[in-house]
Amino acid sequence: MFGYEFYVDPSRCIGCQSCVEACEECETHRGVSMINFDYLDRYETANTAAYVCWHCEEPTCAMVCPADAIKVGEDGVVRSALKPRCIACSNCVLACPFGIPKIIPEYEQMMKCDMCYDRTSVGKRPMCATVCPSQALSYVKPEQIAKRREEPTNLFVFGNQHVKTRVHMMTPPGTDAVSIDVVDYMWEGHLGQFGR
Amino acid sequence: MARPPASAEQLLERFGPHLHNTPPGGWSDESRNPAEKLVKTHCCFCGQQCGIQLKVRENRVIGFEPWEEFPFNEGKLCPKGVKRYLQGSHPDRLLDPLLRDEKVAPDSAGFRKANWAEALQFTARRIREIQEKYGKDAVAVYGGASLTTEKSYLVGKFARLAVGTRHVDYNGRLCMVSAGVAYKLAFGVDRSPIPWSDIPKADVLFIIGSNIGDCSPITTDYVWRCRDRGGKLIIADPRLNPIARNADLFLPVRPGTDLALLMGMLHVILRDGLENRQFIEEHTTGFEALKESVQAWNPQAAAEKTGVPPDAIEKAAHWIAKAEHAIALHARGIEHQSKGVENCLAVINLVLATGHLGHEGSGCAMITGQGNGQGGREHGQKCDQLPGQRMLTDPAAREHVARVWGISPDELPQPGYTAEEIMEAIHRGEIKALLSMCFNPLVSLPDANYTREALDKLEFFGVIDFFLSETAHHADVVLAGSLQEEEEGLSCNTEGRVIHIQKAVDPPPNARTDTWILCELAKRLDRAKFFPFQTSREVLDELREASRGGHADYYGITYERVDEHMGLFWPCPSLDHPGTPHLLDGAKSFHPDGKCRFVPTEWRESGDPVDEQYPVYLTTGRVVSQYLSGTQTRRLGGLVDIYPEPLLEIHPRLAQQYGIADGDAVTLTTRRSEVTVRALVTKTIRPDTVFIPYHWPGKRSANRLTHRTLDPRSKIPEFKVSACCIKKASLSEESI
Repeated sequence: MFGYEFYVDPSRCIGCQSCVEACEECETHRGVSMINFDYLDRYETANTAAYVCWHCEEPTCAMVCPADAIKVGEDGVVRSALKPRCIACSNCVLACPFGIPKIIPEYEQMMKCDMCYDRTSVGKRPMCATVCPSQALSYVKPEQIAKRREEPTNLFVFGNQHVKTRVHMMTPPGTDAVSIDVVDYMWEGHLGQFGR
Repeated sequence: MARPPASAEQLLERFGPHLHNTPPGGWSDESRNPAEKLVKTHCCFCGQQCGIQLKVRENRVIGFEPWEEFPFNEGKLCPKGVKRYLQGSHPDRLLDPLLRDEKVAPDSAGFRKANWAEALQFTARRIREIQEKYGKDAVAVYGGASLTTEKSYLVGKFARLAVGTRHVDYNGRLCMVSAGVAYKLAFGVDRSPIPWSDIPKADVLFIIGSNIGDCSPITTDYVWRCRDRGGKLIIADPRLNPIARNADLFLPVRPGTDLALLMGMLHVILRDGLENRQFIEEHTTGFEALKESVQAWNPQAAAEKTGVPPDAIEKAAHWIAKAEHAIALHARGIEHQSKGVENCLAVINLVLATGHLGHEGSGCAMITGQGNGQGGREHGQKCDQLPGQRMLTDPAAREHVARVWGISPDELPQPGYTAEEIMEAIHRGEIKALLSMCFNPLVSLPDANYTREALDKLEFFGVIDFFLSETAHHADVVLAGSLQEEEEGLSCNTEGRVIHIQKAVDPPPNARTDTWILCELAKRLDRAKFFPFQTSREVLDELREASRGGHADYYGITYERVDEHMGLFWPCPSLDHPGTPHLLDGAKSFHPDGKCRFVPTEWRESGDPVDEQYPVYLTTGRVVSQYLSGTQTRRLGGLVDIYPEPLLEIHPRLAQQYGIADGDAVTLTTRRSEVTVRALVTKTIRPDTVFIPYHWPGKRSANRLTHRTLDPRSKIPEFKVSACCIKKASLSEESI
């Protein structure tokens, strides 16, 4: 929207959790933070990762929802479950390959990052990407991101499921897609490698 | 008699810290009752002084909105900035003046509400009684570096003119005074010479003793931008901190040995003929003495001392010397040492020897820790300075300031003790009374048990603050002052950019502005005519005159001009002056000859050396979600959630040696005291070193462990190096 895209770069995250604290200040879900934040392995490293919903083109959460409660807006933003429809069954929580949706027990509703549509729809940046001090979460124009060392990717591979997302991951230059399975990097005859 | 009037539990129950999570009216209130206005102002916490807009309704701060137009941080905030708006509505907020009274009901925790006339009269009477009995200098005044520049100015004037003592100092003494002394020696002026917009332009960025991700988070953005332009990043730190993991070269320096590392690097540069001869001849003095001082520090010798490999020392030296543009950034890691001044001088020597000064994208800079760490030390609350960064011992400076104040220069006291020295003078009975504003020494000074003993000995202790800190438990009177957003004023950020703190709301009905409190106290000390101020603007107008012609010349700085320019860099000597972002343009120093000075450095050991009994280095510091002594941030729920208790960072190799697993309680013992905290076993710290953050009081206070060795020139305590021993604690000790 307004020419801006969302980019996630865990290599730049300093673990400050400013995003976690700022998210709950957003108008549409005051008091509930929708940021996913992890220490990767504090024993080994100080590395942390903060990320928002990736807003898939074909969202797994919506596909598995038995109540048809999860909708994608015209802006490509995957919304929280519709309150009147959501039965809090947790199908989406279990199915999302990124682990994004959360059931908020007191609301009996699945809530997730809606990319601050109250802000982005009027040309403002999402709260998390505005406050992030370290460029781990950025909502900027593609020409700005082109100045970075890393390059954006929005294709993720989970076994046989290839997921294209609205939000981009910053990766080492030349990375076509993000996969964590070594099989995806192997040569297995005619099956070939993903996307190459 | 200044022991706390009630038990720790009673004081905790009454005054907190309680956790506060929700904005006034609750989370859903804002949709029904939106903000009436957005006030463009700044964060009240660290030296980055980020721009932020506060949402205000019905005289209350109800939230924030990022301020993306402000050039320094462009809307970015750390979690402290995000949650700072919750302070005004905090249930622990002091709403009335308090007098110590041990006869009140237990739930009052030894303090009763007083009226202002009574509290002020009592304070003034006790100050004069003690001065009559023991002499003028038996009373000391503490200020703080979170105060606006106007308030800092007033603290200095109040102490010297209203109280009439020479002992006034501030908690900035625990911040960057080592850098201040070093910059004055080398450049003749105490300020970072470059604006932050230079950082991305460096080809090599050398960061030593600065955990940027935790302590100055916004600076991360500048560091990453430097890398995106192809800049190389060198980091020296005992811990592989969140920034260091992206370093092109990481130098895991042993605590307290930075000087050896820096002298080793200088040795390599001179040995290999990489110094910038032309720059040295044109812009510096003292090079020959420097050469001699680093002669013995070959990479092997430096490696032995620092634990950094010799080839890494060579590489760092070569990268910096061969770079077209290089910047060195440093902070408390090298400044909080008994050789803090030497450390900073060695950084400057490195920059001067390689000619990286006076052109864009080159230089050195100290990263301020405290909110107004820079502005708070420029205008007279530092024990040896007068407004405008003038020296109190300089007759011309005394004459100028005396004229502005309408007194004879003889009425100005001579320099007094520094912050830790004041506490020591209290302990030995030389100083009997203390008036403290915005300072929590029980948590922030070293050797906390000693500090507590000193506080117990005070015959009178008055506090001006908005939350009751652990130190204030010892107070006889507490004057309920104002939050940053309740009073207009200036602040100066880490770059030397003077910014405008806007008043967003009034203080609560029976709290008062700090300015009012100081002026009313002055009136009761019969010095009203020197304190006629009704507003911060009136204080600023006098400060502008008092600073005029000094190094930190604020004469051309007004609130309107600061707003118009989004900050003005001092010196700004006239109302049409654009300000001075680059302080040492063309490498011209503030010394009379315009030259930068090499000041040779000499190695010496830490004041608390490791030995067989205390074999492990202890170093202390901050976490990103807490600020200084935690007086403010330990009350904000969201921030406490991020990092609820101090953890001992320990390498698996050391942990295994003592049978310590992650999450175990561990007792650390130093030559002063012991503390029990939980272990965080991690490979991101040197195996001969442990780390704990210092934001907590009482049994979890890291500063119970630290020692009172001071740098002889800057008088900064050596927080960053202590010797300790560790042992796994039993379960009972775990109730911490």
